[in-house]
Amino acid sequence: MITKTVKNAAEAVRDVVSDSVLMFGGFGLCGIPENCIQALLQKDLTGLTCISNNAGVDDFGIGLMLKKRMVKKMISSYVGENAEFERQLLSGELEVDLIPQGTLAERIRAGGAGIPAFFTPAGVGTEVAEGKEMREFDGKMYLMEKGLRADFAFVKAWKGDTAGNLIFKGTARNFNPMMATAGKITIAEVEELVPAGSLDPNHIHTPGIYVQRIFQGGDYEKRIEQRTVSKE
Amino acid sequence: MLDKTQIAKRIAREVKNGQYINLGIGIPTLVANYIPENLEVVLQSENGLLGIGPFPTEDKIDPDLINAGKQTITMAKGSALFNSADSFAMIRGGHVHLTILGAMEVSEKGDISNWKIPGKMVKGMGGAMDLVASADNIIVAMQHCSKDGQSKLLKECSLPITGINCVKKIVTDLAVLDVLPEGGFKLLERAPGVSVEEIVSKTEGRLLVEGEIPEMVFD
Repeated sequence: MITKTVKNAAEAVRDVVSDSVLMFGGFGLCGIPENCIQALLQKDLTGLTCISNNAGVDDFGIGLMLKKRMVKKMISSYVGENAEFERQLLSGELEVDLIPQGTLAERIRAGGAGIPAFFTPAGVGTEVAEGKEMREFDGKMYLMEKGLRADFAFVKAWKGDTAGNLIFKGTARNFNPMMATAGKITIAEVEELVPAGSLDPNHIHTPGIYVQRIFQGGDYEKRIEQRTVSKE
Repeated sequence: MLDKTQIAKRIAREVKNGQYINLGIGIPTLVANYIPENLEVVLQSENGLLGIGPFPTEDKIDPDLINAGKQTITMAKGSALFNSADSFAMIRGGHVHLTILGAMEVSEKGDISNWKIPGKMVKGMGGAMDLVASADNIIVAMQHCSKDGQSKLLKECSLPITGINCVKKIVTDLAVLDVLPEGGFKLLERAPGVSVEEIVSKTEGRLLVEGEIPEMVFD
Protein backbone atom coordinates (compact mmCIF):
# COMPACT_ATOMS: atom_id res chain seq x y z
CA MET A 1 0.00 0.00 0.00
CA ILE A 2 1.33 3.41 -0.98
CA THR A 3 0.77 5.86 1.84
CA LYS A 4 0.10 9.44 0.78
CA THR A 5 -0.63 11.03 4.12
CA VAL A 6 1.04 14.28 5.06
CA LYS A 7 0.80 15.88 8.48
CA ASN A 8 -1.03 19.08 7.60
CA ALA A 9 -1.69 21.74 4.99
CA ALA A 10 1.70 23.44 5.50
CA GLU A 11 3.52 20.20 4.68
CA ALA A 12 1.20 19.55 1.74
CA VAL A 13 1.99 22.91 0.08
CA ARG A 14 5.70 22.95 1.04
CA ASP A 15 7.06 22.95 -2.53
CA VAL A 16 4.60 25.32 -4.22
CA VAL A 17 6.67 28.11 -5.76
CA SER A 18 5.89 31.49 -7.35
CA ASP A 19 4.65 31.49 -10.97
CA SER A 20 3.07 28.04 -10.60
CA VAL A 21 -0.21 27.04 -12.24
CA LEU A 22 -2.70 25.98 -9.55
CA MET A 23 -6.17 24.44 -9.69
CA PHE A 24 -8.72 24.89 -6.89
CA GLY A 25 -11.87 22.81 -6.61
CA GLY A 26 -15.14 24.41 -5.57
CA PHE A 27 -18.26 26.13 -6.88
CA GLY A 28 -18.63 29.49 -5.22
CA LEU A 29 -17.43 28.78 -1.70
CA CYS A 30 -18.89 25.25 -1.72
CA GLY A 31 -16.26 22.50 -1.68
CA ILE A 32 -13.17 24.75 -1.69
CA PRO A 33 -9.87 23.55 -0.15
CA GLU A 34 -9.99 25.97 2.80
CA ASN A 35 -6.95 24.60 4.63
CA CYS A 36 -4.69 24.61 1.58
CA ILE A 37 -5.66 28.19 0.76
CA GLN A 38 -4.80 29.23 4.34
CA ALA A 39 -1.43 27.46 4.07
CA LEU A 40 -0.64 29.11 0.72
CA LEU A 41 -1.42 32.51 2.29
CA GLN A 42 1.39 31.89 4.80
CA LYS A 43 3.92 31.53 1.97
CA ASP A 44 5.59 34.32 0.07
CA LEU A 45 4.23 33.59 -3.38
CA THR A 46 3.58 35.79 -6.43
CA GLY A 47 2.75 35.37 -10.12
CA LEU A 48 0.37 32.47 -9.61
CA THR A 49 -2.08 31.36 -12.27
CA CYS A 50 -5.24 30.08 -10.57
CA ILE A 51 -7.74 27.86 -12.35
CA SER A 52 -11.01 27.85 -10.42
CA ASN A 53 -14.65 28.18 -11.44
CA ASN A 54 -14.94 31.30 -9.24
CA ALA A 55 -12.55 33.67 -7.49
CA GLY A 56 -13.90 33.54 -3.94
CA VAL A 57 -15.25 36.60 -2.13
CA ASP A 58 -13.32 39.56 -0.71
CA ASP A 59 -12.55 37.98 2.63
CA PHE A 60 -12.70 34.25 1.94
CA GLY A 61 -11.37 31.62 -0.44
CA ILE A 62 -9.23 32.71 -3.38
CA GLY A 63 -10.30 36.29 -2.64
CA LEU A 64 -7.74 36.26 0.18
CA MET A 65 -4.96 35.31 -2.26
CA LEU A 66 -6.03 38.13 -4.57
CA LYS A 67 -5.93 40.59 -1.71
CA LYS A 68 -2.34 39.51 -0.96
CA ARG A 69 -1.43 40.08 -4.64
CA MET A 70 -0.33 36.48 -5.09
CA VAL A 71 -2.30 35.96 -8.30
CA LYS A 72 -1.21 37.07 -11.77
CA LYS A 73 -3.98 35.39 -13.71
CA MET A 74 -7.40 33.85 -13.02
CA ILE A 75 -8.95 31.25 -15.31
CA SER A 76 -12.64 31.04 -14.33
CA SER A 77 -16.21 30.99 -15.64
CA TYR A 78 -17.75 33.51 -13.25
CA VAL A 79 -16.03 36.01 -10.96
CA GLY A 80 -18.88 38.25 -9.90
CA GLU A 81 -18.74 38.31 -6.11
CA ASN A 82 -15.44 40.04 -5.49
CA ALA A 83 -14.79 43.81 -5.30
CA GLU A 84 -11.01 43.47 -4.93
CA PHE A 85 -10.98 41.27 -8.04
CA GLU A 86 -12.81 44.01 -9.94
CA ARG A 87 -10.38 46.67 -8.76
CA GLN A 88 -7.30 44.66 -9.78
CA LEU A 89 -8.83 43.73 -13.12
CA LEU A 90 -9.73 47.33 -14.01
CA SER A 91 -6.29 48.59 -12.94
CA GLY A 92 -4.58 45.96 -15.10
CA GLU A 93 -2.85 44.22 -12.18
CA LEU A 94 -4.75 41.01 -12.83
CA GLU A 95 -5.34 39.06 -16.02
CA VAL A 96 -8.52 37.07 -16.39
CA ASP A 97 -9.47 34.37 -18.86
CA LEU A 98 -13.23 33.77 -18.78
CA ILE A 99 -14.29 30.36 -20.05
CA PRO A 100 -17.76 28.84 -20.38
CA GLN A 101 -18.33 26.65 -17.34
CA GLY A 102 -18.88 23.41 -19.23
CA THR A 103 -15.85 24.10 -21.39
CA LEU A 104 -13.76 24.74 -18.28
CA ALA A 105 -14.91 21.46 -16.72
CA GLU A 106 -14.25 19.53 -19.92
CA ARG A 107 -10.85 21.15 -20.49
CA ILE A 108 -9.78 19.98 -17.06
CA ARG A 109 -11.28 16.53 -17.58
CA ALA A 110 -9.53 16.28 -20.97
CA GLY A 111 -6.22 17.48 -19.52
CA GLY A 112 -6.32 14.81 -16.84
CA ALA A 113 -7.40 12.13 -19.32
CA GLY A 114 -4.62 12.75 -21.86
CA ILE A 115 -6.91 14.36 -24.44
CA PRO A 116 -5.02 17.37 -25.86
CA ALA A 117 -8.09 19.08 -27.36
CA PHE A 118 -11.76 18.57 -28.23
CA PHE A 119 -14.60 20.28 -30.09
CA THR A 120 -17.57 21.92 -28.36
CA PRO A 121 -20.49 24.06 -29.57
CA ALA A 122 -20.26 26.38 -26.54
CA GLY A 123 -19.14 29.83 -27.63
CA VAL A 124 -19.69 29.45 -31.40
CA GLY A 125 -20.62 32.85 -32.80
CA THR A 126 -19.31 34.65 -29.69
CA GLU A 127 -16.04 36.33 -28.75
CA VAL A 128 -15.01 33.07 -27.05
CA ALA A 129 -14.52 31.62 -30.54
CA GLU A 130 -12.09 34.34 -31.66
CA GLY A 131 -8.80 32.84 -32.84
CA LYS A 132 -9.95 29.27 -32.31
CA GLU A 133 -10.07 26.49 -34.86
CA MET A 134 -13.62 25.84 -36.09
CA ARG A 135 -15.00 22.67 -37.63
CA GLU A 136 -18.34 21.47 -38.88
CA PHE A 137 -19.65 18.06 -37.82
CA ASP A 138 -23.01 16.83 -39.17
CA GLY A 139 -24.01 20.33 -40.22
CA LYS A 140 -23.28 22.04 -36.88
CA MET A 141 -20.30 24.26 -36.04
CA TYR A 142 -17.93 23.51 -33.18
CA LEU A 143 -14.80 25.17 -31.84
CA MET A 144 -11.62 23.57 -30.57
CA GLU A 145 -10.67 23.86 -26.92
CA LYS A 146 -7.50 22.51 -25.34
CA GLY A 147 -7.02 20.34 -22.28
CA LEU A 148 -5.82 22.04 -19.09
CA ARG A 149 -3.29 20.78 -16.54
CA ALA A 150 -1.73 22.34 -13.48
CA ASP A 151 1.46 22.09 -11.43
CA PHE A 152 -0.65 21.57 -8.32
CA ALA A 153 -4.34 20.75 -7.96
CA PHE A 154 -5.99 21.43 -4.59
CA VAL A 155 -9.16 19.47 -3.97
CA LYS A 156 -11.50 19.12 -1.02
CA ALA A 157 -13.39 15.91 -0.26
CA TRP A 158 -15.70 14.72 2.52
CA LYS A 159 -13.90 11.47 3.30
CA GLY A 160 -10.61 10.06 2.14
CA ASP A 161 -8.28 7.23 3.01
CA THR A 162 -4.52 6.96 3.36
CA ALA A 163 -4.31 5.55 -0.18
CA GLY A 164 -5.79 8.80 -1.54
CA ASN A 165 -9.25 7.48 -2.40
CA LEU A 166 -11.89 10.22 -2.11
CA ILE A 167 -15.62 10.51 -1.50
CA PHE A 168 -17.39 13.84 -1.96
CA LYS A 169 -20.61 15.09 -0.40
CA GLY A 170 -23.55 16.97 -1.92
CA THR A 171 -22.79 19.65 -4.48
CA ALA A 172 -19.34 20.14 -2.90
CA ARG A 173 -18.14 17.66 -5.54
CA ASN A 174 -18.36 20.06 -8.53
CA PHE A 175 -14.90 20.61 -10.11
CA ASN A 176 -12.93 18.62 -7.52
CA PRO A 177 -12.88 15.18 -9.22
CA MET A 178 -11.66 16.51 -12.60
CA MET A 179 -9.06 18.72 -10.99
CA ALA A 180 -7.74 15.75 -9.04
CA THR A 181 -6.90 14.11 -12.38
CA ALA A 182 -5.25 17.20 -13.88
CA GLY A 183 -2.64 18.13 -11.28
CA LYS A 184 0.98 17.05 -11.69
CA ILE A 185 0.76 16.96 -7.92
CA THR A 186 -2.75 16.65 -6.51
CA ILE A 187 -3.26 17.56 -2.87
CA ALA A 188 -6.50 16.42 -1.26
CA GLU A 189 -7.79 17.77 2.03
CA VAL A 190 -10.62 15.83 3.63
CA GLU A 191 -12.94 16.28 6.58
CA GLU A 192 -12.33 12.73 7.72
CA LEU A 193 -9.21 10.71 6.93
CA VAL A 194 -9.49 6.96 7.50
CA PRO A 195 -7.06 4.03 7.06
CA ALA A 196 -6.95 2.43 3.61
CA GLY A 197 -9.47 -0.39 3.55
CA SER A 198 -12.13 1.39 5.62
CA LEU A 199 -14.00 2.94 2.68
CA ASP A 200 -16.25 0.77 0.52
CA PRO A 201 -14.53 0.62 -2.91
CA ASN A 202 -17.99 0.76 -4.50
CA HIS A 203 -18.44 4.27 -3.15
CA ILE A 204 -15.13 5.87 -4.18
CA HIS A 205 -15.60 8.90 -6.46
CA THR A 206 -11.91 9.65 -7.09
CA PRO A 207 -9.49 6.70 -7.10
CA GLY A 208 -6.28 7.26 -5.17
CA ILE A 209 -4.07 7.02 -8.28
CA TYR A 210 -4.85 10.69 -8.93
CA VAL A 211 -3.91 11.90 -5.45
CA GLN A 212 -0.30 12.39 -4.36
CA ARG A 213 -0.85 13.91 -0.91
CA ILE A 214 -3.74 13.75 1.52
CA PHE A 215 -4.42 15.18 4.97
CA GLN A 216 -7.31 15.73 7.31
CA GLY A 217 -8.22 19.41 7.34
CA GLY A 218 -9.64 21.20 10.35
CA ASP A 219 -11.85 24.14 11.30
CA TYR A 220 -13.96 24.08 8.16
CA GLU A 221 -15.96 27.28 8.02
CA LYS A 222 -18.00 26.26 4.93
CA ARG A 223 -19.23 29.77 4.47
CA ILE A 224 -22.65 30.12 2.80
CA GLU A 225 -22.99 32.81 0.13
CA GLN A 226 -26.78 32.88 -0.18
CA ARG A 227 -28.51 31.59 2.94
CA THR A 228 -31.99 30.87 1.64
CA VAL A 229 -34.62 29.27 3.85
CA SER A 230 -38.28 28.35 3.61
CA LYS A 231 -40.59 29.05 6.54
CA GLU A 232 -42.52 25.80 6.93
CA MET B 1 -48.13 44.27 -18.33
CA LEU B 2 -46.89 41.17 -16.58
CA ASP B 3 -44.88 41.38 -13.39
CA LYS B 4 -42.03 38.96 -12.73
CA THR B 5 -44.29 36.46 -11.02
CA GLN B 6 -46.71 36.44 -13.94
CA ILE B 7 -43.87 35.95 -16.44
CA ALA B 8 -42.78 32.94 -14.37
CA LYS B 9 -46.38 31.65 -14.19
CA ARG B 10 -46.81 31.95 -17.96
CA ILE B 11 -43.52 30.12 -18.64
CA ALA B 12 -44.56 27.35 -16.23
CA ARG B 13 -47.42 26.54 -18.64
CA GLU B 14 -44.82 25.48 -21.22
CA VAL B 15 -43.47 22.73 -18.96
CA LYS B 16 -44.38 19.17 -19.97
CA ASN B 17 -44.59 15.99 -17.95
CA GLY B 18 -41.34 14.03 -17.68
CA GLN B 19 -39.00 16.87 -18.60
CA TYR B 20 -35.53 17.48 -17.19
CA ILE B 21 -35.22 21.26 -16.89
CA ASN B 22 -32.44 23.76 -16.21
CA LEU B 23 -33.60 27.06 -14.72
CA GLY B 24 -31.37 30.13 -14.87
CA ILE B 25 -30.97 32.74 -12.14
CA GLY B 26 -33.70 35.37 -11.56
CA ILE B 27 -37.22 35.02 -13.02
CA PRO B 28 -36.43 31.50 -14.37
CA THR B 29 -35.81 30.28 -10.80
CA LEU B 30 -39.32 31.47 -9.88
CA VAL B 31 -40.82 29.18 -12.55
CA ALA B 32 -40.25 26.21 -10.23
CA ASN B 33 -42.93 27.61 -7.87
CA TYR B 34 -45.66 27.46 -10.54
CA ILE B 35 -45.12 24.10 -12.26
CA PRO B 36 -48.48 22.27 -11.92
CA GLU B 37 -48.35 19.63 -9.20
CA ASN B 38 -49.66 16.89 -11.49
CA LEU B 39 -46.51 17.14 -13.64
CA GLU B 40 -43.42 15.13 -12.76
CA VAL B 41 -40.32 17.07 -13.74
CA VAL B 42 -36.70 17.06 -12.57
CA LEU B 43 -34.79 20.32 -12.12
CA GLN B 44 -31.08 20.26 -12.96
CA SER B 45 -28.55 22.46 -11.19
CA GLU B 46 -25.38 22.74 -13.26
CA ASN B 47 -23.14 22.64 -10.20
CA GLY B 48 -24.00 18.96 -9.88
CA LEU B 49 -27.55 18.01 -8.89
CA LEU B 50 -30.57 16.50 -10.60
CA GLY B 51 -33.64 16.97 -8.44
CA ILE B 52 -33.60 20.42 -6.82
CA GLY B 53 -35.98 20.50 -3.85
CA PRO B 54 -37.43 23.48 -1.95
CA PHE B 55 -35.29 25.84 0.10
CA PRO B 56 -34.40 24.23 3.46
CA THR B 57 -35.90 25.12 6.78
CA GLU B 58 -33.39 26.75 9.17
CA ASP B 59 -32.53 23.41 10.83
CA LYS B 60 -31.95 21.63 7.49
CA ILE B 61 -29.41 24.07 5.98
CA ASP B 62 -26.41 22.23 4.54
CA PRO B 63 -23.49 24.35 3.24
CA ASP B 64 -22.53 21.40 0.99
CA LEU B 65 -25.83 21.66 -0.87
CA ILE B 66 -26.36 24.74 -3.04
CA ASN B 67 -27.82 25.60 -6.45
CA ALA B 68 -26.04 27.37 -9.30
CA GLY B 69 -27.07 30.71 -7.77
CA LYS B 70 -25.18 29.64 -4.60
CA GLN B 71 -28.44 29.49 -2.61
CA THR B 72 -28.90 26.78 -0.01
CA ILE B 73 -31.35 24.12 -1.25
CA THR B 74 -32.63 20.62 -0.51
CA MET B 75 -32.76 17.53 -2.67
CA ALA B 76 -36.04 16.19 -4.07
CA LYS B 77 -36.92 12.50 -3.83
CA GLY B 78 -34.88 10.46 -6.33
CA SER B 79 -32.06 13.01 -6.68
CA ALA B 80 -28.62 12.33 -8.09
CA LEU B 81 -25.34 14.14 -7.49
CA PHE B 82 -22.45 14.37 -9.96
CA ASN B 83 -19.42 16.43 -10.94
CA SER B 84 -19.31 19.49 -13.21
CA ALA B 85 -18.01 17.58 -16.26
CA ASP B 86 -20.91 15.11 -16.02
CA SER B 87 -23.29 18.02 -15.50
CA PHE B 88 -22.29 19.66 -18.75
CA ALA B 89 -22.21 16.30 -20.53
CA MET B 90 -25.94 16.17 -19.73
CA ILE B 91 -26.38 19.69 -21.08
CA ARG B 92 -24.11 19.43 -24.14
CA GLY B 93 -25.31 15.92 -24.91
CA GLY B 94 -28.89 17.13 -25.28
CA HIS B 95 -30.25 15.19 -22.29
CA VAL B 96 -31.79 18.26 -20.66
CA HIS B 97 -35.15 18.90 -22.37
CA LEU B 98 -35.82 22.51 -21.51
CA THR B 99 -33.65 25.49 -20.60
CA ILE B 100 -35.22 28.66 -19.21
CA LEU B 101 -33.02 31.70 -18.84
CA GLY B 102 -32.98 35.47 -18.77
CA ALA B 103 -31.70 37.77 -21.53
CA MET B 104 -30.69 41.36 -22.12
CA GLU B 105 -31.40 41.09 -25.87
CA VAL B 106 -32.73 38.53 -28.34
CA SER B 107 -32.48 38.89 -32.12
CA GLU B 108 -35.04 37.81 -34.72
CA LYS B 109 -32.66 34.95 -35.61
CA GLY B 110 -32.81 33.62 -32.06
CA ASP B 111 -29.39 34.96 -31.02
CA ILE B 112 -29.16 35.82 -27.33
CA SER B 113 -27.05 38.32 -25.38
CA ASN B 114 -27.03 37.98 -21.62
CA TRP B 115 -23.48 37.92 -20.27
CA LYS B 116 -21.64 41.14 -20.85
CA ILE B 117 -22.20 44.88 -21.15
CA PRO B 118 -19.30 46.84 -22.65
CA GLY B 119 -17.86 49.33 -20.17
CA LYS B 120 -19.21 47.44 -17.18
CA MET B 121 -17.38 44.89 -15.04
CA VAL B 122 -17.48 41.53 -16.80
CA LYS B 123 -18.50 38.85 -14.37
CA GLY B 124 -18.34 35.93 -16.75
CA MET B 125 -20.68 33.72 -18.69
CA GLY B 126 -20.87 30.90 -16.14
CA GLY B 127 -22.74 28.03 -17.76
CA ALA B 128 -24.90 30.16 -20.07
CA MET B 129 -22.86 29.64 -23.25
CA ASP B 130 -22.83 25.86 -22.82
CA LEU B 131 -26.57 25.84 -22.14
CA VAL B 132 -27.60 27.94 -25.13
CA ALA B 133 -25.22 26.15 -27.51
CA SER B 134 -26.76 22.75 -26.84
CA ALA B 135 -30.36 22.96 -25.63
CA ASP B 136 -33.04 22.01 -28.17
CA ASN B 137 -35.67 24.06 -26.41
CA ILE B 138 -34.78 27.43 -24.93
CA ILE B 139 -37.38 29.77 -23.44
CA VAL B 140 -36.27 33.27 -22.50
CA ALA B 141 -37.77 35.40 -19.73
CA MET B 142 -37.07 39.09 -20.26
CA GLN B 143 -38.36 42.65 -20.30
CA HIS B 144 -39.62 43.74 -23.72
CA CYS B 145 -37.87 47.12 -23.50
CA SER B 146 -34.98 48.65 -21.62
CA LYS B 147 -35.63 51.20 -18.87
CA ASP B 148 -35.31 54.04 -21.41
CA GLY B 149 -37.86 52.41 -23.71
CA GLN B 150 -35.56 50.80 -26.28
CA SER B 151 -36.75 47.48 -27.72
CA LYS B 152 -34.76 44.42 -26.60
CA LEU B 153 -36.25 42.24 -29.35
CA LEU B 154 -33.97 43.26 -32.17
CA LYS B 155 -32.94 42.60 -35.76
CA GLU B 156 -29.39 42.03 -34.49
CA CYS B 157 -28.15 41.93 -30.92
CA SER B 158 -26.08 45.00 -30.05
CA LEU B 159 -24.44 43.49 -26.96
CA PRO B 160 -21.84 40.69 -27.03
CA ILE B 161 -23.51 37.42 -28.04
CA THR B 162 -23.94 34.44 -25.70
CA GLY B 163 -25.20 32.04 -28.39
CA ILE B 164 -26.59 32.07 -31.92
CA ASN B 165 -29.84 30.70 -33.45
CA CYS B 166 -30.94 29.13 -30.22
CA VAL B 167 -33.94 30.89 -28.61
CA LYS B 168 -37.29 29.24 -29.45
CA LYS B 169 -39.77 31.16 -27.33
CA ILE B 170 -39.81 34.45 -25.41
CA VAL B 171 -42.07 35.57 -22.58
CA THR B 172 -41.79 39.29 -21.87
CA ASP B 173 -43.79 41.67 -19.69
CA LEU B 174 -45.85 42.46 -22.82
CA ALA B 175 -46.18 39.29 -24.87
CA VAL B 176 -45.46 35.66 -25.66
CA LEU B 177 -43.60 35.20 -28.93
CA ASP B 178 -42.07 32.37 -30.91
CA VAL B 179 -38.81 32.79 -32.78
CA LEU B 180 -39.50 31.36 -36.24
CA PRO B 181 -37.00 28.87 -37.70
CA GLU B 182 -36.68 31.09 -40.80
CA GLY B 183 -36.16 34.20 -38.64
CA GLY B 184 -38.54 36.74 -37.15
CA PHE B 185 -40.75 36.89 -34.08
CA LYS B 186 -44.31 35.56 -34.15
CA LEU B 187 -46.74 37.12 -31.72
CA LEU B 188 -48.74 34.44 -29.86
CA GLU B 189 -50.30 36.16 -26.84
CA ARG B 190 -50.43 39.62 -25.32
CA ALA B 191 -50.36 40.64 -21.67
CA PRO B 192 -53.62 41.83 -20.08
CA GLY B 193 -54.33 45.42 -21.13
CA VAL B 194 -51.56 45.51 -23.74
CA SER B 195 -52.57 46.15 -27.36
CA VAL B 196 -51.10 44.54 -30.46
CA GLU B 197 -50.14 48.04 -31.61
CA GLU B 198 -48.07 48.62 -28.49
CA ILE B 199 -46.22 45.33 -28.99
CA VAL B 200 -45.62 46.15 -32.65
CA SER B 201 -44.23 49.56 -31.75
CA LYS B 202 -41.94 48.10 -29.10
CA THR B 203 -40.51 45.27 -31.21
CA GLU B 204 -37.61 46.34 -33.44
CA GLY B 205 -37.06 42.95 -35.08
CA ARG B 206 -39.38 41.55 -37.76
CA LEU B 207 -42.71 40.71 -36.11
CA LEU B 208 -45.38 38.47 -37.58
CA VAL B 209 -48.93 39.10 -36.37
CA GLU B 210 -51.56 36.68 -37.69
CA GLY B 211 -55.28 36.82 -36.84
CA GLU B 212 -56.65 37.56 -33.39
CA ILE B 213 -54.00 37.66 -30.68
CA PRO B 214 -55.47 36.34 -27.43
CA GLU B 215 -54.94 38.09 -24.12
CA MET B 216 -53.29 36.02 -21.40
CA VAL B 217 -55.50 35.05 -18.48
CA PHE B 218 -54.21 34.62 -14.93
CA ASP B 219 -56.14 33.39 -11.91
